[in-house]
Amino acid sequence: MVNITINGKTAQAKEGEMLLSVIRRLKIDVPALCHHEAVEPLGACRLCMVEITKTEWDGWSKFVTSCLYPVEPDLIVSTHSDQVNEIRRTIMDLYLARHPNSPEIRKLAEEYGVLKTSYEVQVDGDNCILCGICTRICDAMGFHAISLVGRGHGKTVAPPLNEAPPDCTGCLSCALNCPTNFIEFSDQDDKRTIWNKEFEMLACVKCGATTITREFAEHLSKNRDIPFEYFETCDSCHRKETSLTMGRIAAWTKEAQS
Amino acid sequence: MQIKEVEHIKKLRNKYLASQKKFPRKVMVCCGTGCLANGAGKIVDAFTDALDKREIKHFAVEAIKETGCHGFCEQGPLVIIEPSGTFYTKVKTKDVDKIIEQSIERNEVIESLLFAEPKSGEKIEKYGDVDFFKHQHRLALRNLGKISADSIIEYISVGGYKAFAKAVTTMKPDEIIDEIVASGLRGRGGGGFPAGRKWRTCREAAADTKYVVCNGDEGDPGAFMDRSIMEGDPHAVLEGMMIAAFAVGADQGYIYVRDEYPLATTHLQKAIEDCQESGLLGENILGKDFSFSIKIARGAGAFVCGESSALMRSIAGEIGEPRAKYVRSVIKGLYDQPTVLNNVETYVNVPLIIDKGSSWFKGIGTEKSSGTKVFSLVGKVRNTGLIEVGMGTTLREIIFDIGDGIIDNRPFKAVQTGGPSGGCLPAEHLDLPVDFDTLTEVGSMMGSGGMIVMDDKTCMVDVAQYFLGFLVEESCGKCVPCREGLFQLHKLITRICEGKGEEGDLEKMEHLSQTVLTASLCGLGTSGPNPLLSTIKYFREEYEAHIRDKKCPAGVCKSLIKYEINDKCTGCMACIPACGYDAITGEKKKIHILDQDKCTKCGACYAVCKFEAIDVS
Repeated sequence: MVNITINGKTAQAKEGEMLLSVIRRLKIDVPALCHHEAVEPLGACRLCMVEITKTEWDGWSKFVTSCLYPVEPDLIVSTHSDQVNEIRRTIMDLYLARHPNSPEIRKLAEEYGVLKTSYEVQVDGDNCILCGICTRICDAMGFHAISLVGRGHGKTVAPPLNEAPPDCTGCLSCALNCPTNFIEFSDQDDKRTIWNKEFEMLACVKCGATTITREFAEHLSKNRDIPFEYFETCDSCHRKETSLTMGRIAAWTKEAQS
Repeated sequence: MQIKEVEHIKKLRNKYLASQKKFPRKVMVCCGTGCLANGAGKIVDAFTDALDKREIKHFAVEAIKETGCHGFCEQGPLVIIEPSGTFYTKVKTKDVDKIIEQSIERNEVIESLLFAEPKSGEKIEKYGDVDFFKHQHRLALRNLGKISADSIIEYISVGGYKAFAKAVTTMKPDEIIDEIVASGLRGRGGGGFPAGRKWRTCREAAADTKYVVCNGDEGDPGAFMDRSIMEGDPHAVLEGMMIAAFAVGADQGYIYVRDEYPLATTHLQKAIEDCQESGLLGENILGKDFSFSIKIARGAGAFVCGESSALMRSIAGEIGEPRAKYVRSVIKGLYDQPTVLNNVETYVNVPLIIDKGSSWFKGIGTEKSSGTKVFSLVGKVRNTGLIEVGMGTTLREIIFDIGDGIIDNRPFKAVQTGGPSGGCLPAEHLDLPVDFDTLTEVGSMMGSGGMIVMDDKTCMVDVAQYFLGFLVEESCGKCVPCREGLFQLHKLITRICEGKGEEGDLEKMEHLSQTVLTASLCGLGTSGPNPLLSTIKYFREEYEAHIRDKKCPAGVCKSLIKYEINDKCTGCMACIPACGYDAITGEKKKIHILDQDKCTKCGACYAVCKFEAIDVS
């Protein structure tokens, strides 16, 4: 265990643990838009920056992204020093200029007192904040169907060559984890569309409700050793099945005891 | 040619030197990229053709050397007759017969091909007497122009691989590192981090696989130090890397070369193959328990891939984006293994330090920045090109002695050092001794060695706008302060250049710059606002003139200037066809008229007028 001080209070951290994880465990509110516990930290949004110092640093301090900074013994951390707050305010100000139409960005900016951006507004700006959560999660799922493309201000998230991505299984992990709900998809009847690719939804053999896409079911059954039929029953019917089974077990037990 | 022990290198060297004795004179044709573009290849062909036609006593194809770059590219193609050192500039194919007859056969000097000092007009006969070369101290560039660029035997003939042999056969890895530490060698790529300390950490890191990587992704606009070294002395790069690999315990090396450098890639590839063939690379080198091989990785043109962590990701086939370096790459670098990454210029200094000793190297330069530094001197100076001087040489010596002063005797205004993320220094800093620390102290940096000289006709707001624009283009876009911050800074400064600047814009830019400097992920962002901040610091009144008076004092920013014809106009009509927009009308011997509505402020009329009849205001 490593002992550190956060905002004046002593805290214990596991060796190699990142600062942000300790900070969140202490329920201290530090914003982070590119952080997702399922994937490796990226350090892109810079909102989780904190100020760190040590007694032996003679008053010298530095600013680090807490999502990527491994704990060190005797570290003294300030999560909301004046300078840290100023950095966050400026970053939110920049975000607001780029994504003026995003409710999530507007709300977070407001929390930091930024109601109107000081910079040139990109009126038609989209809501993709380039946090890379979608691409990292897609990689973690093992698909690598989408990627960050290009560089600088013109960077985007896109499938290869902007065509329907061959490796996408329509699992929706990207869309459901997008912090600004930017990634669009539609579920209509037995069809799902995402990234301009259309998928067939499997229907529950018992009630007819849609479950997951055929591609995703095939992927899971192949790579996770789950029978394909499992995905042909929806969650509620699975639960109904389970309760019937549990009822039967209870009856058998009663019978055996009597 | 197999090199299995140190003696073999000596034997090869002596044999080759003896074979060269039959040529009392040699012709060194500069075949760097600059001279090749000026037709050096045709000069070499012309020499070869001349030899096909007739026999010349004591002269043969072997005595024509296609050398690396001398750095004096604007005077190319350059031809030097050795051993006299007779220096010919702007040589044409038609001059070749004359050179053979007079300079090779009769040892005479051809006056018309000599270089004339731009200021005095004096013709200089010998290479070493030209102002541009006389004040230099060439260590990293030691072999450029002296040997055939891609020949291993020529490299060996000037003492090449002697230091490597010494290191591998007589020194322990720790002794080599001690020597590099004692030499005070600091990274020439811009960071200035002590190379020896880097090597030590890598050596001490526990891992089965370690890497040695050479950064040849030189991306600063106008800089070509590393390109010239890789093209003209590829074996020196390999030798430095081989010594580093032996010292840190690496068995694989990579040279990351930007794809815009095809000649460098070709020469490095040939050098690697020649080393493999001779046994200097491969298994059990020089009979020792040391194996090492080198591969070339080609960059795809992103400036940010010169940043160490982005470069390593690019080699590994990932997107070239930097990562946070809270865990340094000497611990966890390429493929997550301990990696030493140094720049081309850093590596070529290594054989010299091993050969001549750390105290010799420490004796050159300043206390905290030992050795020399190569600069790419460009802009409004009379002599432009690649130069190498001892650390601590003043900006004045570089610009006025080597560069021979400002073109047209105009006043010096500023010098931009350190590439796009460097800063602009005004005349008050001309006597600053240049080293890593002094430049940083005054708000600029050494960087990889770019040096752009500006005269009074340069607008500093325009300069800052250009560099910010470059960085906006080249930002990888990963982190918000760099991607959005530099973008907004560029928007603000563009508005100022267009005459739309407002009170408070300077303060707003300074405030935003602080966040970009503090919060960006990599060096591109944390130094990105430098050109802006240094020009605001030293030329604030020029910004204020743009914002308050809507004037560009240097007469550069198009939205703020006006071209007008004054009464010095003789009615020569030269400017009328020069204007591509039919904005000028007039008759012979009558003052011409410029239609402001049609004028695009391109400056073409100003350039052709011989009577100072066009005013820019």
